[in-house]
Order: sequence, then structure tokens, then C-alpha cells
Amino acid sequence: MQIKPLDKEFLTRALDSTESADPAWNEKLAVLQRKKVEKPAIYVGTGTCGLGAGAAFTLEAVKKFVKDHNIDAEIVEVGCVGLCALEPIVDVQLPGKTRIAFQKMTEDKVEKVLSAIFKGEVLQENVMGQYRVEGQEAWKDTLYIDEHPFFASQTRWVLANCGIINPGRLEEYIAHGGYVALKKVLTGMKPIEVCEEVEKSGLRGRGGGGFPTGKKWKFAHGTEDTHRYLVCNADEGDPGAFMDRAVIEGDPHRLLEGMAIAAYAIGAQKAYVYIRAEYPLAIQRLRYAIAEAKANNLLGENILGSGFSLEFVIKMGAGAFVCGEETALIHSIEGKRGMPRPRPPFPAVKGLFQHPTIINNVESLANVPGILSKGANWFNAVGTGGSKGTKVFALSGKVSRTGLVEVAMGTTLRHVIFEIGGGIAKGKAYKAVQIGGPSGGCIPESHVDIEIDYESLKTVGAMMGSGGLVVMDEDNCMVDVAKFFMDFIQRESCGKCTPCREGTRRMLEILHRITRGAKSENEQQTLERFQSIIHLEKLAEVIRDTSLCGLGQTAPNPVLSTLRWFRHEYEAHVYDRKCPAKACTDLIKYEIDPAKCKGCSLCSKGCPAQAISGTIKSPFVIDADKCVGCGACADTCRFDAIKKV
Amino acid sequence: MINIEVNGQTVQAEPNEMLLAALRRAGFKIPTFCNIEGLVPSGSCRMCVVEVEGQRALVPSCAFPVFEGMKVKTHSDRVIQARKTIIELLLADHPADCFYCERNGNCLLQEQAEELGVRSRRYAGQKSEHTIDKSSPSIVRDAEKCILCGRCVRVCEEIQTVACLDFIHRGSKTVVGTSFGEGMNISSCVNCGQCVAACPTGALVANSQVQKVIDALKNSDLHVVVQHAPAVSVSIGEEFGIPAGTDAMGVMHAAMRKLGFAKVFDTSFSADLTIMEEGTELVNRIKTGGVLPMFTSCSPGWIKFVETFYPEFMPNLSTCKSPQQMLGAVIKTFYAEKNNLDPKKIFSVSIMPCTAKKFEADRPEMGRDGYKDVDAVLTTRELAQLIRMYGLDLKNLSPEPADSPFGERSSAGKLFGASGGVMEAAVRSAFFLLTGKELAELKIEAVRGIDGAKEAHLDINGLNVGVAVVNGLGNARKLLEQIKSGERKDIQFIEVMTCPGGCVGGGGQPYGTNRDLVKARMQSLYNIDAADELRVSHKNEEVNRLYSEYLGEPNGHKSHELLHTNYDQRKPLV
Repeated sequence: MQIKPLDKEFLTRALDSTESADPAWNEKLAVLQRKKVEKPAIYVGTGTCGLGAGAAFTLEAVKKFVKDHNIDAEIVEVGCVGLCALEPIVDVQLPGKTRIAFQKMTEDKVEKVLSAIFKGEVLQENVMGQYRVEGQEAWKDTLYIDEHPFFASQTRWVLANCGIINPGRLEEYIAHGGYVALKKVLTGMKPIEVCEEVEKSGLRGRGGGGFPTGKKWKFAHGTEDTHRYLVCNADEGDPGAFMDRAVIEGDPHRLLEGMAIAAYAIGAQKAYVYIRAEYPLAIQRLRYAIAEAKANNLLGENILGSGFSLEFVIKMGAGAFVCGEETALIHSIEGKRGMPRPRPPFPAVKGLFQHPTIINNVESLANVPGILSKGANWFNAVGTGGSKGTKVFALSGKVSRTGLVEVAMGTTLRHVIFEIGGGIAKGKAYKAVQIGGPSGGCIPESHVDIEIDYESLKTVGAMMGSGGLVVMDEDNCMVDVAKFFMDFIQRESCGKCTPCREGTRRMLEILHRITRGAKSENEQQTLERFQSIIHLEKLAEVIRDTSLCGLGQTAPNPVLSTLRWFRHEYEAHVYDRKCPAKACTDLIKYEIDPAKCKGCSLCSKGCPAQAISGTIKSPFVIDADKCVGCGACADTCRFDAIKKV
Repeated sequence: MINIEVNGQTVQAEPNEMLLAALRRAGFKIPTFCNIEGLVPSGSCRMCVVEVEGQRALVPSCAFPVFEGMKVKTHSDRVIQARKTIIELLLADHPADCFYCERNGNCLLQEQAEELGVRSRRYAGQKSEHTIDKSSPSIVRDAEKCILCGRCVRVCEEIQTVACLDFIHRGSKTVVGTSFGEGMNISSCVNCGQCVAACPTGALVANSQVQKVIDALKNSDLHVVVQHAPAVSVSIGEEFGIPAGTDAMGVMHAAMRKLGFAKVFDTSFSADLTIMEEGTELVNRIKTGGVLPMFTSCSPGWIKFVETFYPEFMPNLSTCKSPQQMLGAVIKTFYAEKNNLDPKKIFSVSIMPCTAKKFEADRPEMGRDGYKDVDAVLTTRELAQLIRMYGLDLKNLSPEPADSPFGERSSAGKLFGASGGVMEAAVRSAFFLLTGKELAELKIEAVRGIDGAKEAHLDINGLNVGVAVVNGLGNARKLLEQIKSGERKDIQFIEVMTCPGGCVGGGGQPYGTNRDLVKARMQSLYNIDAADELRVSHKNEEVNRLYSEYLGEPNGHKSHELLHTNYDQRKPLV
């Protein structure tokens, strides 16, 4: 990749400080910081979430619009700003005006919305909000992004640049204070001082375990072997988690800077990014960012003349959940089958290729530049007693505004779900939120006021995890939810140790058994059904107590957690053969309300099991023995006469 | 030494050793399926879990280093319940057909289920379905009986560096298999059977030829003869409760006759014959500037290993057939002619400590005129089974000698059963061939013992000869790489045995083989040698008679025709 290096003078000056009294310099920075533009700029959110919502078509439409109207405008592809539910998002920034963001900009809306804005007219139904910038004229009657309920109470440190800057342009990251911390560290701090500063900040591993990052780095200093590795774990595998992807897609240099600092702190000469191959865009952006950084001597040989060199390798994982586990990840990089091994020896002592290896998660590393540039005290001023700084969450499920959220530690879950997320979609009632991925736990209404904090989450049987928040409403059956996660876990078990491999499989079978209808059940099967909760608990206990790795030991959590808070739902399935949420199709029946039925026969025509009969213009009836519970009749009924029971 | 507390009792442990080793030394019985002595623990089966004070979860004792003052409970209720559940989980996906299993009564899974009092199938559910792979002449693999302990995988990869087996798929779909799911015959398997020896259940067993031998014995048209390898007689006793390391040769001969074999021959005879051929070949190579170093060729797994992974070393292999095949060839030629027998009516059985010998006997070049030199190969275990089937017990029989013309042997030939034995026998005779004199000290200590790699530098009449002995293919690979890189130019003759310890540690030996048993069997061979009167191959009268009456001279025309072979390059399957 041929990349033209940045102007040396600019680089030197920017890396020392971005603050200056020189108006020309400040003007240059303001442009690079995207505070103002000299010609119109149109930003299209083309992160993976945007692309999923059709941003690629939107981008084409924007290009066509510019060409058709002969507008000289810069079109910029940016990462995800966080509000995934409203993608595709298109921002427009006109000279002298604030940057304004439009939501749900599918290709068909481009012409209309952009024509209007270029005429100075804001189509309010499409507006997400405008960014507040001093000295730029604001759009009238338009909400500011910082007042938008989704953004208002977030503390965006790691995500600060995501969706704002061009991730493919190093200068923009630098203009936002990027690589200042790296220069500061390389030119004025000893490695151990860097470890100490990070330890003092209180930063804890964001990948799940919550181990103090600075303390982990110090372990490397305790080894005689000076051939060391840094590995960034970007194998984000939890269902419903996409924090790491968004950071890499939207602001790759933040990760690179954090990694360079970490490598310096631990004395590593080589750094790996272990990233799943399912993230092609993130990989592409990362590759380009590495090339840009190398071209400017921010990575590679003798960085910034400090004598410190760092080789960078991107290693793509084939998409095994277990490869997020440190020792399995190491095996995978070494080219072996991704299976965990017993510890000790710990990776910090004997890791990759038998050398000391420190493995950090993307978000942990992305926090590092801020800590080093602004200081440990700046970082630990935010958060709770034991959990400092912010945490990024991927908010998904039955919530009104899904997306990427970054809040200060100590924020309540209720706040995240109901204020930022806008509460439960479609006016339904909240039931639970799954936090921490499959290995985490669910938190019911009674505990949703809990503060986000490593320790407090453990008290309710959950854990911080990497940051997935999957919200469930009244229509979610918790046994079904447990089954979903259990199915994931048993499929993703590496298969090495007996309890995880065989135990999760049997737990899943039991969950299948109790959610399945049993029109014919022999005595043995009835007995097994009645024993199912006992067997689930027994298996969970042994799997937790004897599995080899952390993933195995937490594998029973989906069942333990749902059993803890929603035992009554299990009992209803097992003893009453009823699904209280009416989600398990085998356990529900459909009935026709004779008062509402007009006898139109539409339902009986659509029934795949021929279970509905009747005479035209008189109420129809469903034969419960024939009914397969598919719900096709309820969907076709125009009179709302068919109900689940 | 440090002190740890186990079940309230103080136990001494070596600093940094794994807890399991300390517990076992102190006499605590800890079950395990996956542990292999000498290899890095994999910690996969979780049967060896124990409670260690201060640890949140149970810890695998195989992979947990001891520390001063640690408090351990090996059989608390928590531990027992965990182990029992693990067994119940394994049984939930295991065929319930112990009656029909080769490992019935000799299965670690069965033993643990019994010890932990498993009396019902607590976790009913779907069982994995797999087809049995019978494609290999040596090894049968039944994945349904596999408990995924990974011992075979590690032995094949770490000890033998063949890596024919590995884990495939994830989660409960995980299975041990070959590349691309090919049959073991097509895979890179070298047929050594170390996986069979390592397997705790019946998932890997030798491809049995017992029925074939029974059928032959019943067939009155056939003249059924048997030969037995040097390592068999010092191992088979274990199958009958005779202490390990006891030589049961005489009673084994008696049992063989009672089974109906017409003649009982001793493969150690053809080991002597091998020495004459191989020794001559070596001396010729040294004298004429032939390809050196020369490798021994008695071990068929090793041969296949070279053909598959190091074909460039095929010219270094001695062209001599193995003792099994040499004897097979002279039985169907010399012996047949002498006794007016149609070679096609001779059914030649060999008893070997080895599964690769089954493959070797099947090689197309091992025969002539449409017949095979060796018709059936039984492992030590299979012979024991046959003996039991006919109601015989080695403990109750009287010793008998082997039959002429292939019954006499030197103790040098007998030493072939232990790693270093071929070398020792060869050196004894090579010295004589080069000098016309006998070695003053016949015992060559440097090449004896269980170590994986041994070396000696010998002075034969001013000629400095470097010899090396390796056992286990991983050790062989290391040496080959050193030779390849030009690091080792000081060695002229190398003995390679596929299995750790040599044939006494072969893949066809009694189940439960471990280092101690291998040492005991080795020692038994050394004892035989120490007490024997005939200790050099070149003084074996029957061998000399074979040359004078039939073969002519070592490496002569007839010898080449019958006793030498050639090799074919094979493509490894990844």
C-alpha cells in the first residue's frame, strides 16, 4: 500500500499539542476536526450496521445526487455513530452551517432530503439532530444531537470519533488529539511508569473478566524472557455484541495508538490483532490504518525516533467463539486448533510461541490513549469505587433505540434501557436484559436499577462481559431464551473437556424436552420431564465446577440465571405444560372467540393442519388435537377473534 | 521437597511437579483418562479433579502444580459427585454394548463406571452415530466408543510426529478422525498402533486376525506354522497374571502346539539371519563408499514413516527385510522344499508385539508366485486371546523348545525386542566380520535402556564407527532433521524402532503398557542375554546351515532374492 506521508511539520506540531494561539493553525485544525467545512460535505455512515440497513445504496444515491445537481461536495464514508436503529444515517455539513444528521436515509429519500437541505430547508421528519459547533450557524428548530435522548446522557470517550471522523484519514484522528499520548509515552516515560499510570487509572479488562489492565501489564515485567508479545483480542463472538467492530470501523487509529502504548509498556516487539474474519470492513480499515501509521513512523521501526520498534500483524480468526478465550486464541494464532489449555502457565509467563504474552480486549486498549494523554486522575474521576471510566454496550433486542452506547460506570441499567434506549418497543412490558453475552446472566425488573459495575453485576448472577445488552419483553419466554443461549454455547464448545462438551449438550436436550409439547409421552418420559429441573441444576453445578476454561465454567449461566429469576416459568413448562409468555409453540393452543368470529372461513383455508372447521357465517372452531400451534390462523384473522391460550 | 496436605495427611512433593504425580506416588488412587506420562498435560477429561483449598472450582490434578502448604481433598463428596457425573455424561454418548467390545473387562471407562457406582443411565439423550473404519489392516477405529480423551491424538502427534489423527468439528459434534475423513489406510497412518495402546476404551483396537488363524488351524489341507517375535515371550505372561518381566517362551511354545500349530519357529532365529545380512550390508557400504548412514529396516512403522515423510532417506534404509518377513520367506522356500510341501499349502502365522506387522505382511512385495510369505499376523494380545479361548493357561503348562530348522537363536537375536538390541547384535557380529575376533565385552551399555535416543562411538580395528539408536518416531524425526541439516556426519549406522522402548513397547502388546512394564520386559531380555551361552548371531548353527545348504552367502544372489526388499515413496495426506 503506497501512502503519502503527512507533512512533517504538521505532524510534529500536532503531536506536541493541538492547542495554540495561532489562528491559521487553529483554522486548519477546525477543518480537520470537521467543525467547519470549506465546501459542502456529505457523510454517509457505512459501518457494517449502516451497510446492513442499505447504506451502500444510499452512498450511490448520494453520489448520483451530487453529480446530477452538479454540486462540488466532499462525500465521506464514516463509521457508526451509534444509533444503529436509525441507519442509514447521512450527515450534511454546509459551509458556515452546523453539521446536520438525517436518519433512516434509504436510497429513495436521498434526492428529496438533500435537495431540500441544499436549498436551506430542513425536512424535520428525517432529522436526527445537528451537532453543536461554536461559530457555525445553527439550523432553525432543529434538535441538537447532545440533547437527543439517545446521546444526551452518554459519556463518549472510546466512541468519541466514531461516525464523526473519516476513519481512513490519519490527520483527522491526529487533529482530535490522536497519537499525542504515544509521543508523550515514548519520549518521556519508562515502560513501568506507563503500567503504573494505567494501574492508577483503575482501567479493568473490558473483554469480560475485568482484570486490572495495568496490573496485567506489570506481569510481563516479572518475566526473564524479554521476547514478548502483545495481542489484541478482537474476536468478538457474543451474540448481540458489536462494540469492537464499531470502534475498529469508526476509529481504527485509537486502537493502534493504544496497542503501541501497551506494547511499549510491556516491552513487546510484536503485536497481533486477532480479529474474526467475519469483520471484513474492520479488517480493511485496520489494514489501511496500519499502513498510514507506518508511513508516518507512528508504527514500525524506531517509532518517532524513540528507538522503540513494533511489528504489527493482523491474524484473522475463523469464527470460533472459544477463540476469545486467551489460551485458545494463542493456539489459533500459532496455527493450531483453537482449544484452551490448563493454566498455569499463564500467558503472561508463557503464551504465544512460549513467550510472555499480554492479551487485551479492543475496548481496553482504546481507552489507553485517553488515560495517557489526560492522566489517570482524569479517567478515574468517572465511575464507581471499583469500576472506573466508561463502558460501551451494544444495546439490542426489544428496545426502541438499538445501538452502541457508552456510559459512565455506575449508570443504572434502567437508565440505559429506558432513557437512552427509549424503553421497550411497541409499548410492551420489560421482562429482563441479558448482560455479558451467553456466559453472563439476565437481570429482571426487580434489579434493573442496579448500577453498572463489575462487582455489583456479580451479586445478581450476571457479569459485565464484553458489553452485549439484549433486552427481552413480556413476549419472551425465559426458558426459550435459555435454550437459545445454551444452543449457542453447546455448538461453540470446543469439545475438549468432557463436562462442557457433553454436559451442555444434555442441558440443551432437557430444555428442548420441557419446551416441547408431548401429545404422547410414556411413563419414562414423564418421569424425565419431572426430573428435568433437578438434572439441569446438577449438570450446571458440575460443569461450573469442573470445566477447563472460563467459557466452560460459565456455560451453564443462561440456565442458572433464568432459573434464579424465572423459576416459575420453568415450573409452568414442566408441571403445567404451559408457556406463560406464550412463546413455545408446542405448549400453546389457539382458540376462536365465538363472539368475535364472523365465520368468514379465512382461517380454516390457511390452516396447514386442517384443524379449523365450521360453517360459513357461524363461529368456527379449532380442533386442539390437530392444531400444530403455528399461529397462521391468528395472523390471517381480520377480526382479532383468534387468541393464544 | 515441599509438604502438602492430602485428606488431612502430610505428603511430600517435588517443587513444581504436578499434583497428580505427587498424589500417585503417595498411593492415592486418582482416576484419569487423558493423562500420558511424560507429555504436557491436556487437562481434557476432568476425571482427576480434586478440591484444593482456596480454589473456586475443582482443579485438574494432572495440570495443577503443587505449592507449599496446599490442602487437597481427593475424594470429598463434591469430587466424587463431579467424577460420577462426568462418567454418566460419557456413558450417555457411549454404546451400551460392552459384551461385544474387545475391551470388555479391560476398559478404563467400564472400570470407572464400576468404581463410582454408576447404576443407571441418568442422562438419556441422543447418541452420536459414526461408522466403523476397518480400512486399515492394522487398526480398527470405532468413533462411537471414543470418549475424546485425546490420548491417541497426542501420542500420534507428539510422540510419533505422524499426526494422522486429530479432533474434527466442535462441541458435541467433536470427533477424532483423519484428514478429510479418509480411511486409516489412506491416511498418513504408519500403523504403529501406539494409539491403540493409548486408547482407554475400545475406540481403537487392532484389526483382529484371530478368526482367520482359527479357520486355518481347522483346515486339514493346510500346514500351519507359527513364528514369534523376541518381545512376545517376555510380555505375554502379563495376560495370564504372570509377573511382568517373566520369560514365558517355553510354556508359550507348549500352548502353540496345543492350539494345533504344526511347527513353532522363533523369529529370533531370523533376527540372527538379519544380522548376517544387515551386518554384511553395512560393512560393504562402509568399504565401498555406499550411502551412509545406514538405517535398520526391521520396524515396519518406521519404514512407512520414511516412505511417507522422508523419501529422500529411502536409499539410507537397509534393504534387508524384517526378521518376520525373512523367516516367512525361508519357511515357504527352504523349509517347503526340504519337507516337500507346496508353499501355497503352508499357512504361516506370526505372533508380533506390533500392529504394523499386519500391514507389512500385506505389502505386495512380500511374497512370490502369488502367495504371501506371512499369511496372518497376530498381536501378543490376540495370541493370549486365542490361548484363553482354547481353555489353556500359560501358568499350567510345561516348557517346550521351538522346532528346527528355525528354532535355534542367539541371545543377540532375542535382544531385537528391546530398543538398542539390533544395534548390540549387529556390533557384536560386525566386529567379528571386520576383525575375525569376538568382542571382549559383548554387552554394550550405551545402547541399552529406555531412553529415546542413545549413541555410541566404537573403535573397530582403528575404524571409528558412530552408531545411534532411537525409538519413537519423534526421536527419529529429530535425528533425521539433524542429518539433513548436515549437523550429524559422525554417525554411520542407526537403529530405529517405531515404538517407545522398541518392540517391548509395541502397539500390539498387552493393554496397560507403561514405562515400568516396558522396563521390566527389557530387563527380562537383558537377563536372557546375560545367561545365554550363544550370544552372537554369527555362531547360530541353524543360520549357518541355512547359508551352506540353501542361501550361499550373506548378500549373495539367493539372499537378495528372498531376504531383501525395496521401498516406495508415499504421499502424506496432510
